[in-house]
Amino acid sequence: MAGELAFEQPLVELRKKIDELKQFGQEKGIDFSDEIARLEERHAQLQHEIYTNVTPAQKMHLARHHQRPTTLDLISHVFTDFVELHGDRMFGDDLAIVGGLARLNGTPVTVIGHQRGKDTKDNIARFFGSPHPEGFRKALRLMQQAEKFGRPIVTFIDTKGAYPGNTAEERGQSEAIARNLRDMAMLKVPVICVVIGEGGSGGALGLGVGNRVLMLENAIYAAISPNGAASILWKDASKADQAAEAMKITASDLLEMNVIEDIVPEPKGGAHRDYEATGLAIKDALTRHLDELSVLDAQGLITDRYEKFRKIGQYASERTLPNS
Amino acid sequence: MFKDLFQKKRKYATLPPDRSAANGSPEAQQRPKREIPEGLMNKCSKCGAIQYSKELEKNLKVCPSCGHHMRLNAMERIAMILDEGSFVERDDDVVSIDPLLFPGYAGKLEEQKLKSGLKEAVVTGEGAINGQPVAVAVMSFDFFSGSMGSAVGEKITRIIEHAGEYHLPLIIFSTSGGARMQESILSLMQMAKTSAALGHFSEKGGLFLSVITDPTMGGVSASFAMLGDIIIAEPGAMFGFAGRIVIEQTIRQKLPEDFQTAEFNMQHGQLDMVVHRKEMKTTLGKLIGMHSKKEEL
Repeated sequence: MAGELAFEQPLVELRKKIDELKQFGQEKGIDFSDEIARLEERHAQLQHEIYTNVTPAQKMHLARHHQRPTTLDLISHVFTDFVELHGDRMFGDDLAIVGGLARLNGTPVTVIGHQRGKDTKDNIARFFGSPHPEGFRKALRLMQQAEKFGRPIVTFIDTKGAYPGNTAEERGQSEAIARNLRDMAMLKVPVICVVIGEGGSGGALGLGVGNRVLMLENAIYAAISPNGAASILWKDASKADQAAEAMKITASDLLEMNVIEDIVPEPKGGAHRDYEATGLAIKDALTRHLDELSVLDAQGLITDRYEKFRKIGQYASERTLPNS
Repeated sequence: MFKDLFQKKRKYATLPPDRSAANGSPEAQQRPKREIPEGLMNKCSKCGAIQYSKELEKNLKVCPSCGHHMRLNAMERIAMILDEGSFVERDDDVVSIDPLLFPGYAGKLEEQKLKSGLKEAVVTGEGAINGQPVAVAVMSFDFFSGSMGSAVGEKITRIIEHAGEYHLPLIIFSTSGGARMQESILSLMQMAKTSAALGHFSEKGGLFLSVITDPTMGGVSASFAMLGDIIIAEPGAMFGFAGRIVIEQTIRQKLPEDFQTAEFNMQHGQLDMVVHRKEMKTTLGKLIGMHSKKEEL
């Protein structure tokens, strides 16, 4: 299989050895079945070892894998009848964010997500999945449309961050993100956010204020990219792996800090190995969480969302003990 | 060679670096060196003009030559804005910890406390402007570049909730480098927490005046700072989401000199007004006065 990462190399080599032995046996008519069985067992064991101890830095590489499913890839596996809607009605249509209507188990929902490109040309058109203000404004327009028609909202988060350019600044990048944070908090319908790849900074959070925030097993989510942190901390962006370890960016770290509510399992070796299985796992999780939220009315949903974010943070109060 | 005829004699008179010490006269040696006490004079970082610190303070730390608004410590700002003796601090016990055990964070926190004389990058409380009660949060760039971690987010959220509960107008003076990297995701989530609190405050009809001071970037710019009912900036204040260097690297172009200044943002429709520090208190007082009817009804 193509696209293996450095930490998967032992598996690749062992697989190659097994294949060679099989071929050699066939050509020469020698029976290596015992040896092959032994190697297969070793392979299974090695696979288990490697994939159950994926380090934060390795997860970062999986989350950024060039074959990792994008929002549009996953939409086709999670939902049916997707109809894409465009534009912010003010300036333009930012292709770094896609959104529209779809059905989840037959029920209409609004789905919105960051969209990375599939190739260079696509990536240039989509600004590598880094939104301009018009992207955030399109997203909010679609969310408020969902609210009007009482549809639940699902967002997929997958961006290195909001687009850092003069055009974005001139059109109010800060205002667009800030408004989304505030107005998402007040939506009267259920909102579920899933970090499917890289959740980078304010650009990620701009689609991230939900009643439930879920993460795919190998997704990462942080205030600054590990590369950025490394260049600030050690004046060396290439030490991203080291920074990734220090920054607590993985799904399990975030679950522990009560930033997210659930981890969605990925196929062995990462989401890029099996889009369909990844989509089904997301669909299961969405179904379960939407079902739980269905008991809440509009005010209940707003209160639930506020309480979720209100609690996040670890500090000390000299008058009491640390709240964590 | 022809050139040799015109060769310059490279001989210059040399002076010892410290003349008074070098010239041997006993008088000169006894004469005390003219020393300028630390902090007596101040040099403007913008135009280089030098003035007495006392004069500068009288001028609210605005350079008399070029009008540059220098950065203020939170306590200096409070003294300038609120009626004398009206300020009552709240939640001063809420301070940062090191939740991720991030390399170097704990030590740096201690340094920042000594450097700024503050316990956190924001000071919150209640006070009055021309006799009108207000809730305020004032950020301080000299504490950890005004960065927002859990403690800053918590203090700001608490003052928003307090203002909501007691129907006080809310004023936040922002200055920040952004989210505090050392608390990673917890810092990022403070953006959502404070913005959500403002959503609830706004729904109750609360008045929020946001004052942007130099510099206000990243996570603070993209959360509460841009959510004011009225957004005011000090002249020349830099504010925006991404930093200038990052943008120049992305677009591979030099940005204009005034990029992301208050005036630039004003031109691009991101601000209601740019207000000189001398006029700030009067302006805020006037705006609050125009919203106070509701409470009397």
